Amino acid sequence: MSAATFNRSAMAGPAWVGWAFVAPFLLCYMGLLVAPVLEGFWLSFHAVDLLTGRGQFVGIANFIDLVRDEIFLRSAANTVLFALICTPAFVGLGLALALVLNRPGKLGAWLRGTFFASNVLSVTVVTLIWRLVLLPDRGLLSQGLQSLGLPDLAPLSDERLALPFIALVTIWWGIGLPMTLILAALQQVPRDLYEAAALDNTSRWRSFRFITLPALRRTLILVAIVQLLGQLQVFGQAQLLTNGGPNNSTRTMVMFIYEALFDQWALGYSAAAAQLLFVLLVLGVSVQRWAEKREDGQ
Amino acid sequence: MKPSLFDRVLIAAAIALAILWMLPLVWVFVLSLKSNAVLMERTDAVFSTPFTLRNYADILANPAVFRWVLNSCVVAGVQTLLVLLLSSLAGYGFARCEFRGKRVVFALVLAGLAVPEPAVVIPLHRFFADLGLHNSYAGLILPRLAAPFGVFLMTQFFKAIPRELEEAALMDNASRWTIFWRVILPLTLPAQATLGIFSFLAAWNDYLWPLISATRPEMYTLTLGLASTQTNFAQSEGLGFLMAQAVFAALPVLVLYAFFQRHIVAAVSGSRP
Repeated sequence: MSAATFNRSAMAGPAWVGWAFVAPFLLCYMGLLVAPVLEGFWLSFHAVDLLTGRGQFVGIANFIDLVRDEIFLRSAANTVLFALICTPAFVGLGLALALVLNRPGKLGAWLRGTFFASNVLSVTVVTLIWRLVLLPDRGLLSQGLQSLGLPDLAPLSDERLALPFIALVTIWWGIGLPMTLILAALQQVPRDLYEAAALDNTSRWRSFRFITLPALRRTLILVAIVQLLGQLQVFGQAQLLTNGGPNNSTRTMVMFIYEALFDQWALGYSAAAAQLLFVLLVLGVSVQRWAEKREDGQ
Repeated sequence: MKPSLFDRVLIAAAIALAILWMLPLVWVFVLSLKSNAVLMERTDAVFSTPFTLRNYADILANPAVFRWVLNSCVVAGVQTLLVLLLSSLAGYGFARCEFRGKRVVFALVLAGLAVPEPAVVIPLHRFFADLGLHNSYAGLILPRLAAPFGVFLMTQFFKAIPRELEEAALMDNASRWTIFWRVILPLTLPAQATLGIFSFLAAWNDYLWPLISATRPEMYTLTLGLASTQTNFAQSEGLGFLMAQAVFAALPVLVLYAFFQRHIVAAVSGSRP
């Protein structure tokens, strides 16, 4: 045994020490996350009797019912559409704000603080504020439109406008996080790269395209994945702003899962919908990873 | 360097957007100082008198609100402390101890990052019902203790601490526990602050699980309690009261944010290795 390996194993100590450090968390993790995930998977293949709590194996019947359920399909489509509106907006607007606000001084700090502030509010406060703002006739939006002589809008009771407005509220709420992540990455781009570019009289566009953007790539991908995962799970805003209406135009998958469970007490059905959401998340991330790899290959 | 015209246009646009961003908050705040009767007639006279604190008095007259604030403080506070403790212990174990199966276990924990909340709430609801944990602090606090994000973050942080510090302490025959507690943990205070802020905000703002677990109004958190008062909205005669509620619930976190703003922004950006 060489001195180096001896030193290393002495450093490590007996194995139980390591286990002792991770055990408390691991216990919570197995009991409160792994076990529920497995049980959810099991439930999705069963019809559960609520009185006895026993499940009867029904194979993939729950899933077949789901893909035939128009409301489920509608909520899946809404969810995907919502994520497709929000994710690019978060990346794009976050990048734009980060680029403009990446400046020293009080003004920059104040503006960064302003855009991050709404991030700390809870979903109920955000929706309360926006329901008041979007109130027909008396809300801030209506007042603004009226003073401009434009026709009044009731976006939350309009089938075409409700979902985009929920997306707008979500962007207002959440832009601070992507902006800050991108700012942090911007500040790590080596200064001398820009200085060299300035000496060569490189245009701003070219230095953005060939220095900034490549340096930010990993962060932008991270932001996109985090947002995609988060927005596919949209629940609170939709439930509190429109409760899925009008005419199911804002019903989302998590809302569907919640309602199947607590309004219809259909445990297996609800669990099956949750599995499909899980698949959708994995699929979403895989597509992004694939696009990223393909770009690498070029 | 003199700012170019282009720069000035951009910053002006950012200022305009920031004002637009703040407008809903300011509008709600100002109107919360108006009586309900005035707001029934018009909401455009933002800056005209009379102003009143009546709406806030009405909120404080409802004893349930204090209970909700207390519940939120207990749940968010205890949950944050426990998350910090569990994540620090596990993070140290994964970063600095050697044991069989470590890689597999760590990979399993990382996989948990991808699990969506709705996939676990149904079994958790059943499980907690069997244990009689619904409508209790334990029921509200426990589920988030399994979140792997903190463990991931702390593991990264512990890995970044130079090994020499620990080796020196080992030479002095200090136990692993003493080293962890006395030598290493104090070095992770920035990471603790980061994780602490995120955990607290996440717990304070949590909606789906409390909605499922707390069905009795006295066990509502503030987030949930406010949602429960938001019915019958469009015809509401108590617009000022609703606005005051929004301000009342937003103000504590906004003040907290103003206080910790520097740390929060550093936390978001500093968490990158």
